[in-house]
Amino acid sequence: MKKYYVPLGLIGLFIVLTGASWLGLFSDYIQTVLIFMGINVILTVSLNLVNGYMGEFSVGHAGFMAIGAYITAIITTRVIPHFVLGAPLIPTGLYPPEVGTWAKGPAVQLVFPVILLLGGLGAALAGLLVAVPSFKIRGDYLAIITLAFNYIVKSSFENTQALGGSRGLVSIPRITTVPWVFLWAVVSLWAIRNFIYSSYGRGVLAIREDEIAAELMTVNTRRSKILAFCISSFFAGIGGGLLAHLLLYINPTTFSIFKSTEVLVMVYLGGMSSVSGSLLGAIAYTVLVEVLRPLGLWKWVVIPLLLIFLMLFRREGIYGGREFKLLLPKEEVKGYASATD
Amino acid sequence: MMYVLQQLVNAVQLGSIYALIALGYSMVYGVLFMVNFAHGDVFMVGAFVAFFAATLLKLPFVPTLLLSMLGTAFLGMTIERVAYRPLRTAPKLSVVITAWGVGLFLEYITLASLGPWRRTLPPLLPEQVYEIQEVRISALQLIIIGVSIGLMVLLDFVVERTQEGMAMRAIAYDRFAVPLMGVPVNRIISLTFAIGSGLAAAGGTLFSTAYPIIEPMMGMMIGWKAFIAAVVGGIGSIRGAVVGAFLLGLIEIGTGAIFPSRLRDLISFVVVWIILMIKPTGFFGVARRQKV
Repeated sequence: MKKYYVPLGLIGLFIVLTGASWLGLFSDYIQTVLIFMGINVILTVSLNLVNGYMGEFSVGHAGFMAIGAYITAIITTRVIPHFVLGAPLIPTGLYPPEVGTWAKGPAVQLVFPVILLLGGLGAALAGLLVAVPSFKIRGDYLAIITLAFNYIVKSSFENTQALGGSRGLVSIPRITTVPWVFLWAVVSLWAIRNFIYSSYGRGVLAIREDEIAAELMTVNTRRSKILAFCISSFFAGIGGGLLAHLLLYINPTTFSIFKSTEVLVMVYLGGMSSVSGSLLGAIAYTVLVEVLRPLGLWKWVVIPLLLIFLMLFRREGIYGGREFKLLLPKEEVKGYASATD
Repeated sequence: MMYVLQQLVNAVQLGSIYALIALGYSMVYGVLFMVNFAHGDVFMVGAFVAFFAATLLKLPFVPTLLLSMLGTAFLGMTIERVAYRPLRTAPKLSVVITAWGVGLFLEYITLASLGPWRRTLPPLLPEQVYEIQEVRISALQLIIIGVSIGLMVLLDFVVERTQEGMAMRAIAYDRFAVPLMGVPVNRIISLTFAIGSGLAAAGGTLFSTAYPIIEPMMGMMIGWKAFIAAVVGGIGSIRGAVVGAFLLGLIEIGTGAIFPSRLRDLISFVVVWIILMIKPTGFFGVARRQKV
């Protein structure tokens, strides 16, 4: 298959999805599921960068999501209304209903990527908080650090009354749509795939295999770790921002350890060290959650069982360690072909 | 001064419960070098078993405690047999993820089958309060501290002075040479899990007598705290688990006394973060050398 099929295919898919959602062909339910799928793709591929390609065990992904979500939501519900409508920066009572009216116009579509970028940057900064301890600490101990990070973020938001406390932020304007999520999902997949196959990414893979050998082979492990964690948390922040503008309200419990676990399940379901696997895992998991919805609470019993069975019987998940040939860069494909011929 | 002593008593009570759970984490890590993330939920199951023993079977305190410990020990051994043993040769990450999954499974199956509402143990212990120079200690607290310390002494006896305990220490020292010496490694590992889970169940029973909330999600927070206690003390070390647990109890009660109680968990986590940054292997942990 020619290489330009991929961009063409993506543009075609984008047109189809956008057109269908504009024409109202998708019900609200299907639209929401599609948006969840897209957000899950972003979260999964970003966590896969740290857990799969770098071989760490980071269980605090929801913490970065929370930071991205809160930053974007604060901008949309407090900062922009303050400058545009004169609303107070820290509301004393209930939110005035006009808080989201600024988002009705078309200008919001131009501002939204900037808002998301700011959320992602905030989350990336927070990624440093996890990256720096990772210089000396690996394995189980890093799991505790990331866990503590997730909990500290959640607890800090819960205890900050100016940010809504445990009630969280409400009246977030609905800006996330299928086209936006599609765009960001493609960006995240593309960015992380390119990162992996760049020299920085090779460094990350080297760290996974043998950190000391990598250090000896002139891999700057500190820089690679910072890059990996920050890129991962950047996209997690973007995912969180998109989620905030889908759910229209966020509170700290949205970003608890369970959310981190869901992303973990998606990563291991799809397969570690695989961008294609992350895509498949996210889609499969979203579909699974919807399919199991009639089970009610028992759905949450099936999902950990799924994780256990994956580990016991198919550790590589759906597509672990492998990639679709279409998603590989040109240079890699040549090497692929010659290795198997 | 009396206030400080009072809080000290509270801290020792909390610390002894954490210690019972942290011991399970440390023992399993010692023999298998894996963190049993399901352990906090084993604690929760122990509390539930105690609840059913006390309400359905109407047992008094000691049989409740024993039944809870036995039942949960059995659960711990089953988990090891079904979920961890097949992964003995797999990369360490797989076992950790499986443990995580087992923990979640336990939580949600309890939630789905038994419902989210909180249950309370019927009063099993005498309700006297003793007062020594303005420091109030209830009989409850004395029993909790006493039973915990008794169990820890018993554990120390088993680990230091019995053959099985010696086998456990040997496996922690060198897992691959020990089977060559005729030690039934699988049986000893099952025993380790049984003891660890039994202790966690004792912690669960004691916890439920002190704090009247038994609900499916109780294991999560307390399990994490006990895990952190084990890590701060040096995971793999039994002495470290006890020290870390009492230290964490002190930190929690201490911060609860000074700061608003909402911030208690947050500050405990931050303190732990700092401790791990300074001494990543914990107080009694041995830094494992990596040969290049």
